[in-house]
Amino acid sequence: MNATSNDQRAAILAAIRRGLGRGALPADQSMMLQARIAAHPRQIIPARVALDHAGLIDLFVANATREFATIDHIQDRTALPEAIATYLRAQNLPMELTIAPHPTLEHIDWSANTLLTTRFGRAAASDMVSVQAGFAGIAETGTLMLPSGAGTPTTLNLLPDTEIVVLDTNDIVGPYEDAFDRLRQAGAMPRNVMLVTGPSRSADIERTLELGAHGPRRLHIVLVGADDQRSE
Amino acid sequence: MLNTSPDFKENVRHAMADAGLQKALDRAKKPFALSRANAVAGLPEFEALRETAKGIKNHTIAHLDYYLEAFTSQVESKGGQVHWCRTAEDARNAVLGICQRVGARTATKGKSMISEEIGLNDFLAEQGIEPIETDLGEYILQLRNEAPSHIIGPAFHLNREDWEESFRAAHTHLPADRVFAEKRDIQAEARAVLREKFLAADVGITGANFLIAETGTSIIVTNEGNGDLTQTLPRVHIVLASLEKVVPTIEDTLSLLRVLARSATGQEFSVYTTFSTGPKRPGDLDGPEEYHVVLLDNGRSNMVGSEFQDMLRCIRCSACMNHCPVYLTVGGHAYGSMYSGPMGSVLTPAIFGADQAHLLPSASTFCGKCESVCPVKIPLTGMMRHWRERAFERNLSPATGRYGIGIWGFFARRPALYRAVTRIASWSLGLAGRKRGSFRSLPLAGAWTKDRDMPAPEGETFFARYAREQRSR
Ligand code: SF4
Repeated sequence: MNATSNDQRAAILAAIRRGLGRGALPADQSMMLQARIAAHPRQIIPARVALDHAGLIDLFVANATREFATIDHIQDRTALPEAIATYLRAQNLPMELTIAPHPTLEHIDWSANTLLTTRFGRAAASDMVSVQAGFAGIAETGTLMLPSGAGTPTTLNLLPDTEIVVLDTNDIVGPYEDAFDRLRQAGAMPRNVMLVTGPSRSADIERTLELGAHGPRRLHIVLVGADDQRSE
Repeated sequence: MLNTSPDFKENVRHAMADAGLQKALDRAKKPFALSRANAVAGLPEFEALRETAKGIKNHTIAHLDYYLEAFTSQVESKGGQVHWCRTAEDARNAVLGICQRVGARTATKGKSMISEEIGLNDFLAEQGIEPIETDLGEYILQLRNEAPSHIIGPAFHLNREDWEESFRAAHTHLPADRVFAEKRDIQAEARAVLREKFLAADVGITGANFLIAETGTSIIVTNEGNGDLTQTLPRVHIVLASLEKVVPTIEDTLSLLRVLARSATGQEFSVYTTFSTGPKRPGDLDGPEEYHVVLLDNGRSNMVGSEFQDMLRCIRCSACMNHCPVYLTVGGHAYGSMYSGPMGSVLTPAIFGADQAHLLPSASTFCGKCESVCPVKIPLTGMMRHWRERAFERNLSPATGRYGIGIWGFFARRPALYRAVTRIASWSLGLAGRKRGSFRSLPLAGAWTKDRDMPAPEGETFFARYAREQRSR
C-alpha cells in the first residue's frame, strides 16, 4: 500500500469514528468482535432443511430440477462413463470431455466407454463439455458448491456449453452453512468458491428468461450413491 | 457520474411521453411484485430474516472501522491488495494505476454500480484503455451510450427492436441479412461476440455484493456468469466496492443472501453466487495473478452518525423501486442518477450533494410500499422527508417547486398521470379489485389516510391536508 492510500485510509477511518462518536475501538471491544468472527455464529436456518439424509437428497433433486438442472443417479463411479455417454447421446452433444484433474475422477476407467474422448485440465474456450467434481450439494435451494483448487479449475464451470457435475450423495447437506463448515474443515478458504444453482441465464431482453447467457447452457448433475439412500 | 437530476420534472415529462419506455414499464410492473411475493411466500422465515439482516448490517455499521480493517488485513494475508479511496477520483486513479502498471489495453467488466458512480468507463477510454461491459444489459447500454435505468436490470427500459437495431449497427462483421427470430438469437450473438473479449482482456473489473471481513472475500451474485468469466480469465482482477459492503462473517453473509435474491428477482438463489479470496494459489490451473479491492468512500463515511446512516444497510436488491408507483410510472432515467427509485432518492443526494439532487427526495408519494418490502427495513420515506426538509432549510427548491411536496403536487395537478400512478399503486399493494375512488386507504398516501378518510384526488384538498399535517407535527 502506498503513502496516499495510507492517508486515505486514515481519513476514512477518522470520518467513520467521528460519525460513531468515538475513537478507535478499545482493546476489549475489538477482542469481542474478533471472538464473534472466530465463532461465526449461525442465524436463522430455514426449517425446510430439517429432514433426514434421504429427505435432503430428494429436496436437492427437486430444487435443482426446478432451476433447470438435469439429474442422473448411479450406484457407483464405475458406471460414470456409460452414464455420461448416454446423456450426451440423448442430447446430441459431442463426446469430448474436459475433466477436472481431481482424484475421484482421475481414478475412473474412462476407456470403459470407447465413444468418449477425454482430456484432464482446465477448460479451453473451445471445449463443449466439462466434467467437474462437486464438493457439496445444498438441498435448501438445489445449489452446488464448487470450490477452486488444483484438481477443480474454475474455468470448467464457465467456458463449456455443457457442465456435468459428479456429486456423491453423502456430500448433500441441508443449509449453506453446513457446506461452508465442510469447507472450513477441508482447510483455508479456497481462492474461488462458486455456489451454482442451475445453468446460466438472463432476463435482460424484455424480461424473458433465456438459458445460456455467458456460462453453461446445460447443467447436468450425476449423483453417485447407493439407491437405498433415496426415500422414493 | 450524475447527469440530469436537477431536471427531474422535465425528465418526468419526457418519460411519460416515451411510448417505448411506457411499454417496457407495463411489461415489468406486475412480474416485479409477483415474483417477489411468490419467493417470500416460499420461505416462512422471510420476515424474521429481514430483522436478522437489519441487525447484521446495523452491527457492522456500528463497528465499520473495525470490520474494514479486519477485511483489509485478511485480503493482504491472502496476497491481495486493498486500495482505500476517499473520492471517486481517487478510485478512478487507483484503477488506472493498476491497469497502466500491467500494460492493460482492454478491461472486461462485470456489472458494477460503483463503476457507474465514479464514471469509470469514460475515464478509462480517455486514458486509452478500452472498457467492455459484459452483462447483457450493460453491454447494450454501452453500445447505445445510455445510462442504466435500474440497479439490477440496467436495460429493462429497452424493447426487443432496440436490441436488434443496436446489434446490427455494432456487429458489422456479421452478415447483415441475419435473422433474429427469437430473443435467444440476440442473446446467442452477444455471447459469441463477448466470448472473444473475455479471452483477450488483460484486466477484469467486477463489483461486489458483499465483502467478508472474516476471510477477506469479495462476493458477486449474477445469473449470466459474465462476472465470473470477468474475474477468472484475465491476469488481474479488480473489485470495485463501496465501504458499506463489508459483512463480518460467512454466516452473516448467508443470511443476507437469503433475502437478497428473493427481494431482487424473486429467485430463491441467483445462479452464481461466487466468493473470491485473493489471487491464484500455488497449483491452481486458472484464476487471476493479482487481486485488488478498490474500496470507495465517496461520501458514505459522512453518512455514519447522520440521519441517513440507515441507508448504509442497503444491499441494492431493487425491491423498493420495483414496488414504487413513481418509479414504475417514470422509469429510472428520469432520476438522472444510476441510483433511482426510493433508494436512489435517498442515496443520490448523500453521494452527490443535496444541491445536485434536491428534487429527488420529493419523487415520492410516501405510500410506504418501499419500506414494507425492503429486506433490511430501511425507513426510506422518513429519509426522503429529511432531505426535503434540508433542501427547504437551504432554500434550494426552485420557486415553482416550493408548493410543499414536489412530486405529489406535480402528480396531483395532472389527473391522468395521477390515475396512472394510483393504478400501479393499487395492484402493487395487492388491492386490485377495490373500487377506485373510495380512497379509504389511498395508496399514495398511506401515512395520511391511516387515521382518516381522504376524498378523491384534488390538489387543493391535498395541500390542505399537507398543511395540517405539518402544523400538527
Ligand atoms: S433500499 Fe432496501 S429495498 Fe431498496 S435497494 Fe436497498 S435494500 Fe433493496
